[in-house]
Amino acid sequence: MFEILEKERIGPGVNRAVISAPEIARAHRPGQFVILRCYDQGERIPLTIADKDPEKGTITLVWQEVGVTTFHFGTMEVGESLQDVCGPLGKPTHIENFGTVVGVGGGIGVAPLHPITKGMMAAGNHVISIIGARTEGLLIMTEDMRKVSHELLISTDDGSFGIHGFVTQVLKDLIDKGTKVDLVVAIGPVPMMKAVANLTRGYNLPTVVSVNPIMVDGTGMCGACRVEVGGKTMFGCVDGPEFDGHQVDFDLLTKRLAMYKGPELIALNRFRETERGCKCSIPGGGA
Amino acid sequence: MTEQQEPKKAPKPKVPRQKMPEQSAVERAHNFYEVALGYSNDLALMEASRCLHCKKPYCMKGCPVEVDIPDFIEMVKQGDFISAAWKVKEKNSLPRIAGRVCPQESQCESTCVLNKKGKGEPCAIGRLERFVADWAAQHAPNQMPELPKPTGLKVAVVGSGPAGLTLAGGLIKKGIAVTVLEALHELGGVLVYGIPEFRLPKAIVRAEIDELRRMGVEFKTNWVVGRVETVDDLIDRYDGVFIGTGAGAPLFLRIPGENLNGVYSANEYLTRSNLMRAYMFPEADTPIAKGRRVVVFGGGNVAMDSARTALRLGAEEVTIVYRRTMAELPARAEEVHHAEEEGIKFKLLTAPLEILGNETGWIVGIRCQQMELGEPDDSGRRRPVPVEGKIFDIECDTAIVAIGNAANPLVPSTTKDLETNKWGNIVADLETGKTSRDRIWAGGDIVTGAATVILAMGAGRKAANSMMQTFGVS
Repeated sequence: MFEILEKERIGPGVNRAVISAPEIARAHRPGQFVILRCYDQGERIPLTIADKDPEKGTITLVWQEVGVTTFHFGTMEVGESLQDVCGPLGKPTHIENFGTVVGVGGGIGVAPLHPITKGMMAAGNHVISIIGARTEGLLIMTEDMRKVSHELLISTDDGSFGIHGFVTQVLKDLIDKGTKVDLVVAIGPVPMMKAVANLTRGYNLPTVVSVNPIMVDGTGMCGACRVEVGGKTMFGCVDGPEFDGHQVDFDLLTKRLAMYKGPELIALNRFRETERGCKCSIPGGGA
Repeated sequence: MTEQQEPKKAPKPKVPRQKMPEQSAVERAHNFYEVALGYSNDLALMEASRCLHCKKPYCMKGCPVEVDIPDFIEMVKQGDFISAAWKVKEKNSLPRIAGRVCPQESQCESTCVLNKKGKGEPCAIGRLERFVADWAAQHAPNQMPELPKPTGLKVAVVGSGPAGLTLAGGLIKKGIAVTVLEALHELGGVLVYGIPEFRLPKAIVRAEIDELRRMGVEFKTNWVVGRVETVDDLIDRYDGVFIGTGAGAPLFLRIPGENLNGVYSANEYLTRSNLMRAYMFPEADTPIAKGRRVVVFGGGNVAMDSARTALRLGAEEVTIVYRRTMAELPARAEEVHHAEEEGIKFKLLTAPLEILGNETGWIVGIRCQQMELGEPDDSGRRRPVPVEGKIFDIECDTAIVAIGNAANPLVPSTTKDLETNKWGNIVADLETGKTSRDRIWAGGDIVTGAATVILAMGAGRKAANSMMQTFGVS
């Protein structure tokens, strides 16, 4: 169960793996995620499903190495199996023919955006995707995204590839040019999603974001993933992971994501002293 | 019931109720090993000798799963501990668990004739149950009951907590195939994520489940019904479905500051420590805030478990904040007693108003309102009312909210035409577990709201009986 069938490094500290998980591949809808554990003393972490193949019974996961579990997963090779993969979890994306949908993906957020734009395209929308990263080497899944977008705009913060600037600037230019946009779906680092939401609020443009709070069970049982949306406490795992970007308290989300910074470092350092852990790359390879 | 006769000549028990050896409070407050150590053979024989073997055993009326109490205790008296264990297991598939976590003082032991004599010294039925079941596990771990031929019937069970496991045990012994589906990576539901190691060692839960597996029960983990497939999908493939998903949606206080870092639901705190073994961190990868000063809101067993866990994780001071008085604490007397012995403080007649935080988003304290008891409310308990102007702060770095659970909507909301009440609990007949849908049964906390392990076991047993009746299996 949950054997790693393919694995490749697609950026600094960023990996893509194809996992055998027939039931999840069959049941998955865009926007949903899994919770996985690498080994029997491992923690449970949520990862959004980047792609699936129900015929082959596989799901594709894309992750960045930041903590002990993502580093551990990064050291696992084809032929090894994850201890547990639980899902699909969370509410699927609300997909219908809205008209024109702009998907905005920042950094690793391009991975969860991929099945959503794919679904939006299949529903008859005109899909414009804007993907960006700090620098060219951190851009992921550009060719995958091209296949599921009618138009693809790429930007880098340092101008090393595509448009020089943030994805928000690209989005602003698109709107100011007079493009009629019916829905924005923004997934990426919290500051990026916050910036997009702040921008589109001014245009009164419906904006969906996908949040990534700390989770334990992922089924609504523990409440670790509390987010405030419009002043109300919601659970990221069962009420989300997608919410109205104009209502999410991003500052709270940022603080809650930092809750275990100290212990996370202890666990990571300890892992790096193990036989498996010394294989892994330098921590903090990307943001 | 009152006109029933008690045995005419109840000989006065000469032997006092035998205490169970336990770890000293000082020692156990810093480890996660089991608090109660169990009877020795001698203690068990002594305690069993106190049973009057009443012709009309009131104790059995107090047992939700109707264990043949006088008969099994008689076997203990004769030193036949294995037979005693199997006598218990005829009705209770999880006796090592029930013997540890049942509130016997309000069930079998409350109706024991020795208790009725006004002495308050009932036969220690729960301790004896634990003793015989542990003895059997130790001395005949692979013994199995004779199983009938398979009937060809098969049942799916949603959730591997006490209700589902009990049902599985009941059906498999009647030749009905059972598949148990569990959302988490480990089996046992609240027995593994909720109840701490020091009250119920996880090895015991695993052993009880292994016994069911040896009898042929099939288990699937990481299987979230409602997401992977629905109950409607299951009912197409199985003859019956039992929903025993528990009351797994934590309630919060709805006061300002509740989403500060360091504020946990009891579910999360206990899940991190128990299921994820955060108490072993960093040997296990899951972290937990190891608070210096910890406050727990609530007065039930879960609040006691949370407080005692915090103490074992290294807290210097753990305070239970409760709006009523000691007399109204809903927790088992034994748990409160253990908590007090270990040094847990009780701040009574105190209601939280706000959780105070710093600029990095961490809790630094709580603001409280002093209460006093006023007129009785609907529950008959005197309602706590605020004492005007008496507001004070308690400094703390961790807070655990243990004020109860609501029904998790995942399964009810994804099952067509399954009737629920206004709280989201599944409507089911309490005697049979039958729901508004044909061939779908439900029981345990998802029906009753948060209750006890043994009541969930009772519901599992009743649903098993109802299924057998429906299927024509005797």
